[in-house]
Amino acid sequence: MTEVTLEVARPRRRSLGSVPFWLAAAILAGLAYRFSDYLPEWAVEYPRSWRLPIEPWISDAMKWLINDATFGLFTFQEFTRSIAWLFGWLLEAAYGLLAEGFTFGKGEEAFHIPHVSWLALIIVLVMLARRVSGRRLALFIAACFVYLAVFGQWSSAMITLASIVISVPFGVLAGLLVGIAAYRNAWVERAIRPVLDLMQTVPVFAYLVPILFLFGFGPVAAMIATMIYAAPPMVRLTVLALRGVPEEIKEYGRMAGCSQRQHMWKVMVPAAKSGLLVGLNQVVMLSLNMVIIASMIGAGGLGFDVLHALRRLAIGEGLEAGIAITLLAIALDRLSQAAANKPPKAHGSVRGATWLARNRLVVIAGVLLAGSIVAGALVPAVATYPESWTLTTGKFWDRVVEWLNINLFDTITIVKTWLLVNIMLPIKGFMVGLPWPVLLGVLAFAGWRLGGWRLALLPLALGAFVLLTGNWEKAMITVYLCGLSVVIAAMTGIPLGIWATGSSRRTGATLAVIDTLQTLPSFVYLIPVIMLFSVGDFSAMIAVVAFALAPAVRYTIHGLNQVPEHLVEAGRAQGCSRRQILWKIRMPLALPEIMLGINQTIMMALSMLVITALVGTRDLGQEVFTALAKADTGQGIVAGLCVAFIAITADRLIQSWSRQRKAQLGVA
Amino acid sequence: MTVKSGTIKLGCRGVWKLFGDHAERLLATAGGAPDDEALRQAGVIGAVRDVSLEVHEGEIFIIMGLSGSGKSTLVRCLSRLIEPTAGEVLFEGQDLLQANERELMDIRRHKMGMVFQHFALLPHLSVLGNVAFPLEIQGVDRTTREARANEMIELVGLKGREDYYPRELSGGQQQRVGIARSLAVGPDIWFLDEPFSALDPLIRREMQDEFLRLQSVLKKTIVFITHDFDEVIRLADRIAIMQDGAIIQTGTPEEVVTRPATSYVAEFTRDVPRAKVVSAGVLARPGQAGSVRVPASARVGDVAARVFDEEQPIGVDGADGTPLGVLHRQDVLDILLGREPRQ
Ligand SMILES: Nc1ncnc2c1ncn2[C@@H]1O[C@H](COP(=O)(O)OP(=O)(O)OP(=O)(O)O)[C@@H](O)[C@H]1O
Ligand SMILES: [Mg+2]
Repeated sequence: MTEVTLEVARPRRRSLGSVPFWLAAAILAGLAYRFSDYLPEWAVEYPRSWRLPIEPWISDAMKWLINDATFGLFTFQEFTRSIAWLFGWLLEAAYGLLAEGFTFGKGEEAFHIPHVSWLALIIVLVMLARRVSGRRLALFIAACFVYLAVFGQWSSAMITLASIVISVPFGVLAGLLVGIAAYRNAWVERAIRPVLDLMQTVPVFAYLVPILFLFGFGPVAAMIATMIYAAPPMVRLTVLALRGVPEEIKEYGRMAGCSQRQHMWKVMVPAAKSGLLVGLNQVVMLSLNMVIIASMIGAGGLGFDVLHALRRLAIGEGLEAGIAITLLAIALDRLSQAAANKPPKAHGSVRGATWLARNRLVVIAGVLLAGSIVAGALVPAVATYPESWTLTTGKFWDRVVEWLNINLFDTITIVKTWLLVNIMLPIKGFMVGLPWPVLLGVLAFAGWRLGGWRLALLPLALGAFVLLTGNWEKAMITVYLCGLSVVIAAMTGIPLGIWATGSSRRTGATLAVIDTLQTLPSFVYLIPVIMLFSVGDFSAMIAVVAFALAPAVRYTIHGLNQVPEHLVEAGRAQGCSRRQILWKIRMPLALPEIMLGINQTIMMALSMLVITALVGTRDLGQEVFTALAKADTGQGIVAGLCVAFIAITADRLIQSWSRQRKAQLGVA
Repeated sequence: MTVKSGTIKLGCRGVWKLFGDHAERLLATAGGAPDDEALRQAGVIGAVRDVSLEVHEGEIFIIMGLSGSGKSTLVRCLSRLIEPTAGEVLFEGQDLLQANERELMDIRRHKMGMVFQHFALLPHLSVLGNVAFPLEIQGVDRTTREARANEMIELVGLKGREDYYPRELSGGQQQRVGIARSLAVGPDIWFLDEPFSALDPLIRREMQDEFLRLQSVLKKTIVFITHDFDEVIRLADRIAIMQDGAIIQTGTPEEVVTRPATSYVAEFTRDVPRAKVVSAGVLARPGQAGSVRVPASARVGDVAARVFDEEQPIGVDGADGTPLGVLHRQDVLDILLGREPRQ
């Protein structure tokens, strides 16, 4: 027993070495800030004349691409145009089918075929839900879509759904093919991994800019952005799923004499199916996450409604459309998850030899949908949910906001101002005023301690880019907002996680809430925040904390639960109290895992920060945001890269700390 | 059972498989035979080391050894699922390692079958689909391949479960599917890598009987891996014992048990009941027998009861029917008690 506790205690003592280090770094930074007047000018504020004109270079390169680049047979522009044409055509078809109907001819002779009936679509989706899961999901799906109809969100939702229906298959297929290539060839994987890393850390807005530039404003550009945003996890999950196929099955495929192609499509892909379906679910979720953002470059539908409402500060409208997106997201998430987790077919489930008997449900659904189109042409209420039956709570919410403004405005303002003046602004001042060589030095030293010279060079190189492009001050504002939000998120999330591990009921409930919160598109978090706190740094921070809280809680729960039971029992046998067990055994052992949660929190905070530019922050997010408004590719990409580099620096440092610590504790 | 001197179906000479970086170069610099020390220093694992063996047509050749001794790796070299670092593999007289992608595919499609320890069934296909799969790969049309698959399913006693999915079957049933599937193409050589190890003892025994029944009908050439000597006794015509990647003895189970080549083999076979491997022919001494006679290949354990029950000494007949002598009670007792037989 004593040996077991020694095992826990020893690394604790050794890691104390890092406490003096961080203390020294903090003191150094404090001193440097306090006495920055004595430092040379260039160390405090990076001189303008030392900058490189990277932004115009990128912008010029993009212009060249559009105007002059050619692949020999066709120009780059022809290439982008044909892609745009293809997607545009598909999108039109989907819109027609789901939202707008088709009109042939003009004027008097115009002949209109209505879109699929709302009622028929609900019935088909409910049938599908029953098939893949059961009655509960079917009821839930019915409720979600009835909400869309009753609250007058139907036609917007169908526009959104149409673009998802087109973009998801392409995203999945592209991700699958790239994933297969990466699985087959080591060099493809090596080439693709940094690209994927970057794509996951660059804020979405940043690549909206070049897409806007290449494809112009409109639903097609929005859809392409969505696909680019949603496909990377599919690539990763494809590689993982294929790797995870048991070695024996791979060998069997070869022993059976499969050709390369047969091996991939008849053995590997089916055997990896459940992993691939997780990828599908991810693509669906990320596509829905993009709905509002994509509306900034021309997507219509629910996303546009939310954005439009937010810009006019029409909270009620925004809320209703936001809830519609959320319900759509949760509905599609549950459906695709249920499809992924559906137990494989059981014997006898494919009874009936005829095609008709085997695909009865598909036939019924097809007939229903087609029939509803005919019926819709005769009875308009079948096609479109009648306007007069809709409800709206918009007025109500506007009144709530009014009431809040009248009654709580003063209190909120006092709290807000106090926090701003006494906490936020001083920290902001500190970050902005901190001489850049000091910060870079501390980061490089930390990198060196954690991972050797490579990890020391990383913050230096990435920091140099930020400096050279003249984004240091904005980057520091980003770091301040992000840092503060993460600290608050950690201080709320970790205790919440600890509380949740108290009983398995609590754990289940907490995880369920978190899962739901994570399906909300990031924009939705802005709505209540604007409602309560209007605009500014403070609102931004609250929205970021709310959005980024989930991983802190989740990883705390996971970290605490994975502490080996025998260590806890050893502690109990030695008479530790519950509190001692928590703080002396569970927490130290869970800490590496919790730090990974904090890492995730940082990543999510950074992605949210860019969105909060909408409420008027002055950081890198704003930089990206204005670049989008001006369609300035250079500025957008550079600012986006700066955000990504902050993320990458934090990620690499924390990851290697966590790895090291896990190895020390032997809980790898 | 005596060594069958039939034609050689599968053989290999000087096969090496080293795992690690620069394995080829290490092999070249060490003159083709690096010792333990050289391997360790280079950080290379010698999974198969200088193995040569011959498998005759129609025999059950068992490779046995402790976990990690290189059995699976050797069999995968023989079927070229992994590329040996050095050596040659002769299948029906042709060097398998020289075969190109296309030829190899053809050989595997028509002449080789393999059964895996963890069954390796395709989870998305029914029993019928799994058994028909190798034929589907060859492009055999649906009715033909399903007819053939049904035949195989009946052969392994799974009739009635054609549309079950692998996860709906017990371990033993899954392995029957694995066996049916590997037989569907009518292979000339049949590899089985610990096919029954994942099954519990009762099912394992049942599957062994099943396997013997199949073999009595099919007469395949079989390379079989196990680490269980009971299995060897029940199934093997000849065995090869592996230790640290090398084959240290090849022979009939009886030879290996009664004349171990090294102290490792002796230790390895120490607990094997002698009565189950030693044959009556070995114990035959000159003398006058009564009316009761047993064949020379009969195991001592199987005839012991009669030796003690009969008044008259029991006679032993050779394979061609010539009398070889009689069994003495003392000799049989020695074997039963596990003592060394007297010469
Ligand atoms: N792909 C590989 N890379 C590195 N080493 C390997 C690889 N495959 C096998 N080995 C090593 O080669 C040695 C022989 O392994 P092998 O699987 O052939 O043993 P085995 O006799 O089949 O054992 P078991 O009875 O456990 O199946 C082992 O030391 C193993 O660790
Ligand atoms: Mg093995």
